[in-house]
Amino acid sequence: MEDLEQFRIEVRQWLEANCPPSQRTPASPEEQYWGGRNATFASGDARVWFERMLARGWTVPEWPREYGGAGLNGQQARILKKEMVRLGCRAPLYGLGVWMLGPALLEFGNEEQKREHLPAIAEGRLRWCQGYSEPNAGSDLASLQTRAEDHGDHFVVNGSKIWTSQADRSDWIFCLVRTDSSARKQAGISFLLIDMATPGVSVTPIKLINGSSEFCQTFFDNVRVPKQNLVGVLNEGWTVAKGLLRHERKLMSETADTVTTAAHTPIECARRYLPFADGRIQDPLMRDALARHEMQMHAIGLTQLRILEEARTGTGSGATSLIMKYCGTEEEKRKYELMMAMMGSQGIGWEGEDFDAAEIDTARQALFTKALSIAGGTSEVQLNIIAKRALELPGVI
Amino acid sequence: MAMTLNEEQRHLRDTAREFLLARAPVAALRALRDDRDPLGWSRELWAEMAGLGWAGIVIPEEFGGLEFGFTGLGAVLQETGRTLTASPLYATCVLGTSAILLAGDQKQKQAVLPRVAAGETCLALALEESHHHDPLGVRLRAERHGDGYRLNGAKQFVLDGHSADLLVVVARTAGEPGSGQGISLFLVDAAAPGVARRRTATMDSRNVARIEFQDVEVPVTALLGAEGESWPVLEQVLDRGRAAIAAEMLGGAQECFQRTVAYLKQREQFGVAIGSFQALQHRAAAMFIELELLQSVVMDACAKVDEASPLLPMVASLAKARANDTIELVSNEAVQMHGGIGITDQLDIGLFLKRARVTMQILGDARYHRARYATLRGF
Ligand SMILES: Cc1cc2nc3c(=O)[nH]c(=O)nc-3n(C[C@H](O)[C@H](O)[C@H](O)COP(=O)(O)OP(=O)(O)OC[C@H]3O[C@@H](n4cnc5c(N)ncnc54)[C@H](O)[C@@H]3O)c2cc1C
Repeated sequence: MEDLEQFRIEVRQWLEANCPPSQRTPASPEEQYWGGRNATFASGDARVWFERMLARGWTVPEWPREYGGAGLNGQQARILKKEMVRLGCRAPLYGLGVWMLGPALLEFGNEEQKREHLPAIAEGRLRWCQGYSEPNAGSDLASLQTRAEDHGDHFVVNGSKIWTSQADRSDWIFCLVRTDSSARKQAGISFLLIDMATPGVSVTPIKLINGSSEFCQTFFDNVRVPKQNLVGVLNEGWTVAKGLLRHERKLMSETADTVTTAAHTPIECARRYLPFADGRIQDPLMRDALARHEMQMHAIGLTQLRILEEARTGTGSGATSLIMKYCGTEEEKRKYELMMAMMGSQGIGWEGEDFDAAEIDTARQALFTKALSIAGGTSEVQLNIIAKRALELPGVI
Repeated sequence: MAMTLNEEQRHLRDTAREFLLARAPVAALRALRDDRDPLGWSRELWAEMAGLGWAGIVIPEEFGGLEFGFTGLGAVLQETGRTLTASPLYATCVLGTSAILLAGDQKQKQAVLPRVAAGETCLALALEESHHHDPLGVRLRAERHGDGYRLNGAKQFVLDGHSADLLVVVARTAGEPGSGQGISLFLVDAAAPGVARRRTATMDSRNVARIEFQDVEVPVTALLGAEGESWPVLEQVLDRGRAAIAAEMLGGAQECFQRTVAYLKQREQFGVAIGSFQALQHRAAAMFIELELLQSVVMDACAKVDEASPLLPMVASLAKARANDTIELVSNEAVQMHGGIGITDQLDIGLFLKRARVTMQILGDARYHRARYATLRGF
């Protein structure tokens, strides 16, 4: 415990000394650094901040040092994150490589793959996207049809992926492909890493209801993929896929902590848009609704802490973690509905001078939150998983 | 109490449905949006709608209208909710027309209503001054000045305010914000000196505006009703507006729901239609229940207008509160049940969601109307 306290003090001092003041405000989408072949920094300070964090291994703090990380344990990583939140520090590097593929490679990749890909992610050299879903394989992911044929030293990939977030800005894609069509659904799937610069890969952006273009359809037309890009065992990619999904869902359960935009927080929103009397929100219904939300977030935060502690001490069943994606994303939707209710006709803006940046961001983000209970496995699928795994109820798909 | 449409009204509804599907489907709203149309609605379409008599649907025959009543108008608005049709129908024929009908004198009616019925004049009600519905909170000042009045203040969230020819302005001639005493209505030419209008871009790609009034001079004849005495009549106008917007919301929610149910039957995962999962079936069934209840209260609210019933305030609040809750539920569930495609711009569901969020702000949210209902019921 004392060591951790010492660590916290050191972290705090280092952050205070090294995080440029301009990097201590919420980053707009344009200010976020996602790395990749075509990446640029939004400012000199963003570069300085990134480079300092990189030098400490803190773009990927939990990864081993030899792959560009700092080898922090779970508690230390949490302290670092908390201290960054406390100071308002921006994440130095965003990306699916950092959040999902890296952890999956650490678990399932071979040494060569780790050495090739992990430092490239940590250093922000390559940007990754995720090729799981297909037009006919969403919740029923295992029914996917994109196939990879064995051609000796390489595979040839054909098919299409959909809802591929940021595929148009990514360098590589990690994909689930069918390598054995005779086997049962999950059985014939493999996990492949594909360089999107390979001939035959193309992407079409898809516009979202909030006006942004977050995801794409990604097409593969006779794409040659070297065999060394297979992660894990041939036809056993489902294991890798599920391992990665755990990281994705953990990440999504924490969106409220990680997504920082110009949007209001609910409390700021209340202060700005609701009448107060004696330091209290006058409308008891609004006050109750905000308290309910804050309590829910509080409870979720405590549960995250408990999961961490159970993992560290080897107690607990692991079932608790199954609830987090559902809790976090459903509450995020409710939070934005609440903010819209507080903001009234200032919460439905789209563009133009009648709304300020925070108002537009909040309204558009409110629309985007509807995606959170769909992406990364829908809320219904999460409840099915709880019913099946935690409760062992019969007949759950 | 008319809870069903009579033959004439059914005919009107069917005509409306056919016409709107052919001439103003959801694709028409998309086109207005994508072309960044500065008007935000189509004059040709409005001329055709007026040709069908819709512009004068509640206007008495003596002023060139159809005198068809709110039940008929509600049926048409419900259909425009299904097609997300942008037109002056609500702002002009519900809000503006009601204000003139209820507060205006014979001369004022004669001057304005025939032109409205002919589709030549569009109206808007300039009411709100803050981000929450607060009709008693009016601050915009109207002071005696020479032979008339001088108006100073600002309005926001004025539906169709950018394109209306005449504005019905809710002003304060006496009293403090929060008081019903001293509220007056003025009919103001939108082109009058000192009126500055700006279209506000809301998420539904429809039409609201901010309007500033700086030393706007109007003659005494611009006053609708008695000076300072218009609160009761304004409440009636707003209740008609609430009943009517609830009708549009009912149509929007029904359409969104029906498209979702169709998708539940069509989309397959795990080798079966997703509609065979009970987790979704029960939620769809629960939405059906809400929509049935909403249909009853909307029909009753419109009928109460036609019957000039003293119960209108209560039923209007009932309808608007339920419309808000139901459309929020249905639009959220519609996106969720469509999965990934539900969040795309290409699918219409998102447009229904966005329109829903705007209509929820029109003339009071659910909290406002539940509180008002409780007050009216005496608890
Ligand atoms: C913003 C966003 C970003 C995304 N990014 C990516 C990405 O980068 N890479 C990627 O591969 N995918 C991505 N996805 C896709 C996402 O994983 C899928 O959308 C999701 O898994 C649902 O699949 P679907 O869209 O086909 O919906 P469907 O599976 O068709 O589901 C439709 C509805 O049916 C329900 N349903 C389905 N099965 C059941 C059941 N057994 N019981 C009860 N209800 C059920 C669903 O919950 C949903 O409500 C993204 C999605 C979004 C919205």
